[in-house]
Amino acid sequence: MSLRTPLAIARNHGSAHDGVHHWWQQRLTAMALVPLLLWLVCAVVSLSQMDYMGAKQWLAEPLNATLSVLLTWVMAIHARLGVQVILEDYVSTRWQEVLLQILTRFIAFAGAAAASLFIVMIAAGR
Amino acid sequence: MVQFRLPKNSRVVEGKRFPAEQAQRKKTFKIYRYDPDSGSNPRVDYYEIDLEKCGPMVLDALIKIKNEIDPTLTFRRSCREGICGSCAMNIDGSNTLACTKAIEDVKGDVKIYPLPHMPVVKDLVPDLTHFYAQYASVRPWMRTQSVAPPDKERLQSKEDRAKLDGLYECILCACCSTSCPSYWWNGDRYLGPAILLQAYRWLADSRDEATGERLDELEDPFRLYRCHTIMNCTRTCPKGLNPAKAIGEIKQMMIHRKSL
Repeated sequence: MSLRTPLAIARNHGSAHDGVHHWWQQRLTAMALVPLLLWLVCAVVSLSQMDYMGAKQWLAEPLNATLSVLLTWVMAIHARLGVQVILEDYVSTRWQEVLLQILTRFIAFAGAAAASLFIVMIAAGR
Repeated sequence: MVQFRLPKNSRVVEGKRFPAEQAQRKKTFKIYRYDPDSGSNPRVDYYEIDLEKCGPMVLDALIKIKNEIDPTLTFRRSCREGICGSCAMNIDGSNTLACTKAIEDVKGDVKIYPLPHMPVVKDLVPDLTHFYAQYASVRPWMRTQSVAPPDKERLQSKEDRAKLDGLYECILCACCSTSCPSYWWNGDRYLGPAILLQAYRWLADSRDEATGERLDELEDPFRLYRCHTIMNCTRTCPKGLNPAKAIGEIKQMMIHRKSL
């Protein structure tokens, strides 16, 4: 039984003075994803008619390479922000939440970094 | 992790039956019962009543059951006209006030449970201590530095007064907060729709001088930003208010004072 007053429990550690940045970043990335994903759908449709070499050449074009790198990063950031909230909502054991928060950040940024490197390599003709 | 099943001692079992053979217009009420002193699991009791001899609202039926069938049935009620918020409970699957919910609007049996995901004191009486403490934590009164005029009240234009419409009517029945999944999972830190609507009621008041401090206190990933615009609050509000819109307005105010 806790002898703390209900008000002390409700006030807890006070406000973190944080959250606006996350809210705005999530909306900003969502806005960016609308045109980027439309472009991706068109790209996938046209790519399905090409062979391997044709697809490689398509990706090596500066505009396509730039948009691909951009899509990779915006998607990674948006997904990371979303998963962060899901973990905060549903994982109530503190050490599990911390571990998963670290892992999602590592996976999101490692995945985006690797994908960008591969796109750059293809664009550079390797 | 989030728990999908109730703890063993909270699982609801079948309860007693109180049939009414002579009833002309029979209606069955299935009511959640829990007695902390008995040590047994919560149960659902079946009461049959004659609608010919009962008032039109669910609260009339509850009072009839308590008076005539089972005096141990425990629930809160006071004004019986939707202004006190005491008889908030889960009726037919949604949170509402028993006194303004018509029995005939419920098809089939009337299922009555206490407000969801709150500790139960007894039967239909939830423990709202934390809810009220959260209300107190937003300091829901006018905060000013300027001294009030000695001979008259603080003035407010008609337009500014109109901004409080849809906010001041809230009776703090807790129907919205206890319908919110975010409040279920994180109610210890998330303020919930009712308290955020009340917080906005003071943010929107032209006479208040503590808008900045109020926003400071709310700017938190849990206190405010656990709202994921699920909209259960607005759907369930028995007064027809829109807490989700009030929360949206607070988020707009937050973004308004930042550089993007």
